[in-house]
Amino acid sequence: MKLRLATTSLAGCFGCHMSLLDIDERLFALLDKVAFDRTPLTDIKHCGPCDIGLVEGGVCNAENIAVLREFRKQCTVLVALGACAVTGGLPAQRNHLDLGACLSEVYLTDPGTPHGLIPNDPELPLPLDQVHPLHEVVRVDYFLPGCPPSAEAIWSFLQDLIAGREPASLPGLIRYD
Amino acid sequence: MTESVPPFKRVVIEPLTRVEGHGKVTLLLDQHDRVHQARLHIVEFRGFEKFIQGRPYWEVPVIVQRLCGICPVSHHLAAAKAMDQIVGAHHLTPTAEKLRRLMHYGQILQSHALHFFHLASPDLLFGFDADPARRNIVAVAAEHPEIARQGVLLRKFGQEVIRLTAGKRVHGTSAVPGGVNKNLSREERDFLLKDVYQIIAWSRDAVALARRLFEQDLARHERFAHFAAHTLNLIRADGGLDLYHGGLRARDRAGNTLFDHVEYSHYWEHLLEEVKPWSYMKFPYLRALGPEEGWYRVGPLTRITRCDFIPTPFADHARRDFLDFDDGRAREATLATHWARMIEMLHAAETIKELLHDEALQGTDLLVQGEHQEMGVGMLEAPRGTLIHHYQVNEDDLVEHANLIVSTTHNNQAMNVAIRDVARTYLDGHTLTEGLLNHIEVAIRAFDPCLSCATHAVGKMPLKVELIDANGITVAEHRSHMCA
Repeated sequence: MKLRLATTSLAGCFGCHMSLLDIDERLFALLDKVAFDRTPLTDIKHCGPCDIGLVEGGVCNAENIAVLREFRKQCTVLVALGACAVTGGLPAQRNHLDLGACLSEVYLTDPGTPHGLIPNDPELPLPLDQVHPLHEVVRVDYFLPGCPPSAEAIWSFLQDLIAGREPASLPGLIRYD
Repeated sequence: MTESVPPFKRVVIEPLTRVEGHGKVTLLLDQHDRVHQARLHIVEFRGFEKFIQGRPYWEVPVIVQRLCGICPVSHHLAAAKAMDQIVGAHHLTPTAEKLRRLMHYGQILQSHALHFFHLASPDLLFGFDADPARRNIVAVAAEHPEIARQGVLLRKFGQEVIRLTAGKRVHGTSAVPGGVNKNLSREERDFLLKDVYQIIAWSRDAVALARRLFEQDLARHERFAHFAAHTLNLIRADGGLDLYHGGLRARDRAGNTLFDHVEYSHYWEHLLEEVKPWSYMKFPYLRALGPEEGWYRVGPLTRITRCDFIPTPFADHARRDFLDFDDGRAREATLATHWARMIEMLHAAETIKELLHDEALQGTDLLVQGEHQEMGVGMLEAPRGTLIHHYQVNEDDLVEHANLIVSTTHNNQAMNVAIRDVARTYLDGHTLTEGLLNHIEVAIRAFDPCLSCATHAVGKMPLKVELIDANGITVAEHRSHMCA
């Protein structure tokens, strides 16, 4: 029975997903051990019960919260993958700015958009006033830092989890850029 | 506001899958299941260009590439090109210019491979309404292992080119204002040279595969989201395809020139943007034609059909084959974008080979500087289309304002036109199934949208309006801000 793996990107750039794909042809070896559930690579829109959930990106709007809670509920082991998930990352640099003023400046008073307005359709999820790391919203089991974590770090970490081992501290593989 | 009150029924596709970033599509159907409205919404708002205000200019190329993990090199290089202007480096050294080109073409190769093989190929190989459990790279690996393997290794090669030129596969550090901070050693060059001929061969196979997939379901592929659009792209001075640098070329739907070889540093004289209440992504348009009429298409389909030639032999041969195919009917077919994308991937592989044979890459003259200036605009053709970075830096070397118009934003209206067309052609009056709804996503995927890039774009640049009387005396002055 294969382990089920789900991944998602919240307020991230997909760079951590790229680093996961940077395991290159080892992807095929991974696929011998795990089945993909909801990930940006599959057409599964909602996460089923999973063994491992990898979440990239911080939490910047109401939709991110809903997706993160779905992952927490469905995944036995939830991993904060990369700098944004661990700390909020670069998008959290907006935390010292006033969101309303920012929206107004971009959409309302911008001469490059002569007919300005602030997007307000109910189809758009509400932005949060701050960008949060995952652990401020749900319990997180493991943190893998780096922008992005290297493919080697992700590979080694997943190998440990798949083998049922406590992941090693990955000396030399963890980076904090 | 979305009209979701009766008699309309709302259908939502969320999240969009096998695309990069966050978006959703809503459909409104009347009581006869006819499509009343179809919209692609970009649902996130971030503050990238806002929070780089106050940062030193030299940090910008490494900060802003974090807009996107799939095409970080585009942002890294567009920002570096803008910062070249800031430090007065108007002509880079040959070593620096060629290393950046090598990095850029490495990225074109990896991004195009990722999109075609990992994201789009399941629709094309298995059918738009195949079992959703099968529509992914895992099934491609199981049923077409050689195609999946080549896709993974093509992407790997592009990523290795990036690693050796930028220092890291994702979010590298080598492009700096005025040049680069490393060259390519002989060992690194030889490492890439040993695989590049295989990569060119596989890229030719990929062009043939994309052509075959288009041809084997020809009627549907030609009809699917087929529409004429105005176009925008950068073009080399001699009319050749160049993804790193050029002047702006705009053509109308019939292919007539609107403007050509326009120096891009004053792009706002030609482009404006509109906001709609239902998306955080703006809608750019050609200023001369206005917001209703002025929308346009960017990216591989535009570049392949609007360049005069491709300056590498295999890719140019493939381009002519593409243009002539079925009396030119592929030129405006949205799904032919995949084919055009593979021709560009082949061009990238050939260009990488040419650059690797250039000894300038082992040069040691990496940086130039001149007289600093306050404003810099950097532009290039990213994998998905024209990318604009624009910065204003103050006397303390801090970023005062920034404006980004990313590739996917240029395609905003074109993507909405595509999904409306597909919704009306395939969904109208039918009971909606998962397979039919996937048709909408197939149309969006053809553009390879980078919704992550699009949601980050927030910024501003100063606009100063002066009212000057007949004697040349300033009678009024107004400063305001323009944002991405």
